[in-house]
Amino acid sequence: MESSIALELERVYKTFTTDNTIVNALDDISLHISSGKVTGLIGPDGAGKTTLMRLVTSLLVPDKGKITVLGINALQEPLRVQSSVGYMPQRFGLYEDLTIQENLNFYADLQGVALTDRKSRYQELMHLTGLTHFTNRLAGKLSGGMKQKLGLACTLVHPPRLLILDEPTVGVDPVSRRELWSIIYRQVKKEGMSVLLSTAYLDEAERCDEVILMHQGKRLGQGTPQFFSQPLRGRVFHVTSPSISKRSLSIRLNSVSGIIDAIIEGEKVRIVTESESLPNLSEIFPDHSDLSIEAAEPIFEDAFIATLKDSQTTVVQPKNTLSKTSRDHSTASDVVIDVENLTRKFGDFVAVNDVSFHVTRGEIFGLLGANGAGKSTTFRMLCGLLTVTKGTVRIAGLDLRHASAEARGRIGYMAQHFSLYINLTVEQNLKFFASAYGLSRAQKKERIDWAISAFELTSYRNSISADLPLGFKQRLAMAAALMHEPDILFLDEPTSGVDPLARREFWQRINTLAESGVTVLVTTHFMDEANYCDRLVIMADGKVLAEGAPAEMKNRFRHPDQPDPTMEDVFIELIESNQNPKEKVA
Amino acid sequence: MNTFTKKRMRLMGMIRKESLQILRDPSSIAIAFVLPVILLLLFGYGVSLDAKGVRLATVVEQPDTNTTSLIGSFQQSEYFVPIVYNSIQEAEEALRSLKVDGIVWLRNDFSNRLLSRNNAPIGVYVNGVDANQARITEGYIQGVWQNWLLNYTHDQGQDLKIPVLLEPRIWFNAAVNSRYFLVPGLIAVIMTLIGAMLTSMVVAREWERGTMEALMVTPIHIREIVIGKLVPYFILGMGGMFLSVAMAVWLFDVPLRGSFWALTAASALFMMVALGMGLLISIVAKSQFVAGQVSIIVTFLPAFILSGFIFQISSMPDAIQFITHVIPARYFVAILQTLFLAGNIWPVILSNAAALLIMMFIFLGLVKRKARKQLD
Amino acid sequence: MKTLRRIIALAIKELLAILKDKQSRFILIGPPIAQLMVFGYAATFDLNHIPVAIYNEDHSQPSRDLIAKITGSPHFELVDYIEHDEQITPLIDTKKTLIVLHLGSSFSSDLKRNQPTKVQAIIDGRNSNTALLTLGYLRTIITDFNLGWAKQNGLPGPPASLQIRPWFNENLVSRWFVVPGIVGLLSLVITTIVTGLSVAREREAGTFDQLLVTPLRPFEVLIGKSIPGILIGLTEGSFILLMAVYWFEIPLRGSIGALYLGMFLFLLSATGIGLMISSLAVTQQQGILGAFLFLVPSVILSGFATPIANMPEFIQHLTYINPLRYFLIILRGVFLEGDSYTLLVDQYWPMSIIAIVTLSIAGWLFRHRLS
Repeated sequence: MESSIALELERVYKTFTTDNTIVNALDDISLHISSGKVTGLIGPDGAGKTTLMRLVTSLLVPDKGKITVLGINALQEPLRVQSSVGYMPQRFGLYEDLTIQENLNFYADLQGVALTDRKSRYQELMHLTGLTHFTNRLAGKLSGGMKQKLGLACTLVHPPRLLILDEPTVGVDPVSRRELWSIIYRQVKKEGMSVLLSTAYLDEAERCDEVILMHQGKRLGQGTPQFFSQPLRGRVFHVTSPSISKRSLSIRLNSVSGIIDAIIEGEKVRIVTESESLPNLSEIFPDHSDLSIEAAEPIFEDAFIATLKDSQTTVVQPKNTLSKTSRDHSTASDVVIDVENLTRKFGDFVAVNDVSFHVTRGEIFGLLGANGAGKSTTFRMLCGLLTVTKGTVRIAGLDLRHASAEARGRIGYMAQHFSLYINLTVEQNLKFFASAYGLSRAQKKERIDWAISAFELTSYRNSISADLPLGFKQRLAMAAALMHEPDILFLDEPTSGVDPLARREFWQRINTLAESGVTVLVTTHFMDEANYCDRLVIMADGKVLAEGAPAEMKNRFRHPDQPDPTMEDVFIELIESNQNPKEKVA
Repeated sequence: MNTFTKKRMRLMGMIRKESLQILRDPSSIAIAFVLPVILLLLFGYGVSLDAKGVRLATVVEQPDTNTTSLIGSFQQSEYFVPIVYNSIQEAEEALRSLKVDGIVWLRNDFSNRLLSRNNAPIGVYVNGVDANQARITEGYIQGVWQNWLLNYTHDQGQDLKIPVLLEPRIWFNAAVNSRYFLVPGLIAVIMTLIGAMLTSMVVAREWERGTMEALMVTPIHIREIVIGKLVPYFILGMGGMFLSVAMAVWLFDVPLRGSFWALTAASALFMMVALGMGLLISIVAKSQFVAGQVSIIVTFLPAFILSGFIFQISSMPDAIQFITHVIPARYFVAILQTLFLAGNIWPVILSNAAALLIMMFIFLGLVKRKARKQLD
Repeated sequence: MKTLRRIIALAIKELLAILKDKQSRFILIGPPIAQLMVFGYAATFDLNHIPVAIYNEDHSQPSRDLIAKITGSPHFELVDYIEHDEQITPLIDTKKTLIVLHLGSSFSSDLKRNQPTKVQAIIDGRNSNTALLTLGYLRTIITDFNLGWAKQNGLPGPPASLQIRPWFNENLVSRWFVVPGIVGLLSLVITTIVTGLSVAREREAGTFDQLLVTPLRPFEVLIGKSIPGILIGLTEGSFILLMAVYWFEIPLRGSIGALYLGMFLFLLSATGIGLMISSLAVTQQQGILGAFLFLVPSVILSGFATPIANMPEFIQHLTYINPLRYFLIILRGVFLEGDSYTLLVDQYWPMSIIAIVTLSIAGWLFRHRLS
């Protein structure tokens, strides 16, 4: 009997025991998911999303509670559950040393797809994913977006009745992201499939039929995206002022009591207030009479922030003391980073192709692009970690690869994945980096105290870095990069894998730093983060597609059927117009 | 489609995938084929327990025909390289600074006492640091001395009246060539290493690359995963095995006196034990790093030291002798050394094969128990 | 001053990172002790309880005396008496006995007639080394018997006899040879693994980039990363040294200073090799594999278990680049032969050269192997 409920959890508990602490991954969760719908599982890092999915797929056994998947009791018949659901884990199990075709064959064998049905199914899936012409390519040689699409194809090789996707769009470029969503919706419409997916992109919540909001192992709510955002009607506004930069405006708005959230959105600052009564801004900004405020349509993201900030005890308010001295702004036109005709080849492969740009003092400069666009390679050459095949790189007039130790002492560097010594404590890490930068004993003490307080690491001072929550690892990595008060800060994908709350907090710190005159160069694959940059370049296939301020770029792509383009729209149009004609035909 | 077809399809799919991965990954091919060649060459040529070219200082205080004939016997022996020193002080200095390995010292009254049949002493010093080499050297010196004595008394027209003469007959390896037993024993060590190294990382790799999670949420049974992984690596390992046997026979000239088929069967059995051990490590470890480390520590060293390959098990302390019973290589070494040098001696082969069979069931049973389609 | 501070900070961080990690702590403590015990007790060529079967066709007092001498020796253990020729083969074939001693029916009558009598020893040669050693033990017992018989019956001895005196290891105990070698072997293994993973681990974690953008210079990184390897190697080496002297009771006759000078130079060269492997490896796994590929040949070709002199000439030349070769000579020299500095100069300088070369290459590789 086909019921209209695809998945049901009744009072499910799950705890994990690491060395000496017990973590309540799922704490009394009850929910049900209707069939034939796309349900989104949303929550910050550590909310229990992945644990929930692993319980549903019988990879984990709950401590208590009942799980019914497609009418099957998951505890009693795990193998039957596993035969009827399709599951794509966060890092999907593609065999990178097998070709696309071989990966498909393997999963078809496992799922028992009859040989006679295979040809048509493969054709359909390859057509959907646009991988038709690459079937003999090794999976390891595919781009991030293609890998995800192949992973999805493998999961769908035998159409499951319930499809479970764990963060399917992480690190995927916007074009592939759109394609993934259209494949998912096609399955729902055509095959009547039910889909449960988790995501870190809050804008994707709007695309779900239903959203389950989770936090610290608890279910905070379930409903349509509008169900979450509507209560905020009348509490969301756009603030603009011609006489103050959007960055200073957002910094100052963030410290106003009664305002839960203030972020830069396009040329405006979007604020969410605690109640429907708007704080009297003209009182707070007496020097800026040109402040204009208009009501804005609430979206899921507003609700997410408002809900979670409510349930979080500590409201994150980075202190304005990230740098002890405010630097001179008068020489704003100084070129600090100068890149000309930069090229890097790995064998025949051109990772970075004739890239040029420059960054002036006190700017936040962004390198945007999907995974594999050449951002990281460019970045590593800038830091002197990689030799340059052709072209020149000057950081404060010097080539870092041959620069003296003292010159390197002027830059701060935060590597991808927060590279810290994970088995040292927070304090030991800070001590090491302070010494590596040659600080004297007194300076060292002062800076460590500063870092501990400015990044609110006091309660973690003696914790092993490996045990820190991801957001705190990011704070520690940034603190380590700032030990020696660098003039220039290099940040490689500083927000990847970090939940929306930590991302927000991170950008507030960066804004404050830039205000004090530090030059920041940052790479990211989150298109919405482009709004934080003064200027940016968009890269794809090792080339620069566009350079300029975010507003300029959006203006270029403004046309009647796209009156208010987002950075993502800009990116997609740029990619599409640049699409290598050969790849399209091949 | 019935369940049986689906089962076979899953198993074949698993085997096919695993084989393709082996073919694409040069490191498993290298472990199976290059490692045995390098290790065999290294050990086959580098390790020899026979004392050869022992540097012997000879000190003759009063040379005459008798001393010349005695020293001449040493010169003719293939085991010694005599070096003449004029005084015992110089020779002792040379022994101390490791310029020579031993001294033969004939004092000035040697010939007189010899002629008067007054038990003329031949002073012999050997460097005893390497006790094994020293013992073997002593044995060779005794042999030279006895031969010379026989010749001497014969030349004098006398009979040598030695009450009991030892007449040694060394079976299976009359030339006492240490390579004959080192090479077959080495095959056991290499196979242990290959079997364990090949498989120890394969499950761990699936965990690390995140493929295990996706694999587990398919209808596949854990049994099918285990068999699917065993089959291709078994074939690969047997390839390495045959290569090693071929090198032993044709490169190192070790005689293969037993049946080739018995050797193949025993190797197959041992391969299963080694692979099972590797799989077990792999399942328990979950990280390639730990799996690699553990497989070296728990397989290679014991196979080397505790298998009876070089060191006689019966001479070890009781506690250690007891431990050797759980070392699979011990049984395989016994089978190999017998099959190569002695021939088809079924009692030895079958009893050791039975032990291997039991170990195989234990390891595969443990693999089956430890492997679950669950994450915690 | 700044340089010194940076180096010390790096060395402290390295030590902390190694010692705080459960896994590496285990690698530093577990395997060395297990290996010390296994090598110390199991890796011995000395034979005890060699199974012997007696085939005595002469049931007389002299034959019983000889048999009693053999079975009474700690080296031999009687497993069977046999009666027929046909029994010999199965006993040896099935490994029930290693040796069959055959005394013919004329044994005592020959003896009494002053005629040499032959005793046949059939030995299982599957392990030729064991066979040779067994023969040696047997020879000693029979020579002893002969001397006793001659004396008892007033017969002249042989015209000349051997007076063998082993030097340095008077009782020819294998353990005296093996255990000092373990000091070298284990400190090499530990140092290579510790340093072999130190750069690879950071590369994998991404912290090596972080390190390279700090003002640390390559030679500072080199020194900072060498210190922990050497310190851990020295600690491990000293521990095994103590165990060798107090647990295994191996005599330590020479100069301890000369031993430690050797150990320091040896660890320096091992560190250089480890860091070289490490900077070439991209992942820890490659580091482990590289360390393994270096360790196996360097142990085999060091003279640890079998003499270098027995190897083919080409391989003998190869051993000159193996630091363990030199350190083993120093260890055994100081332990058993009572050597001091002057006798060991020829071992010191090759290790110094190896250390300088490998450390320089490692330092160069830090910056030049980045992609």
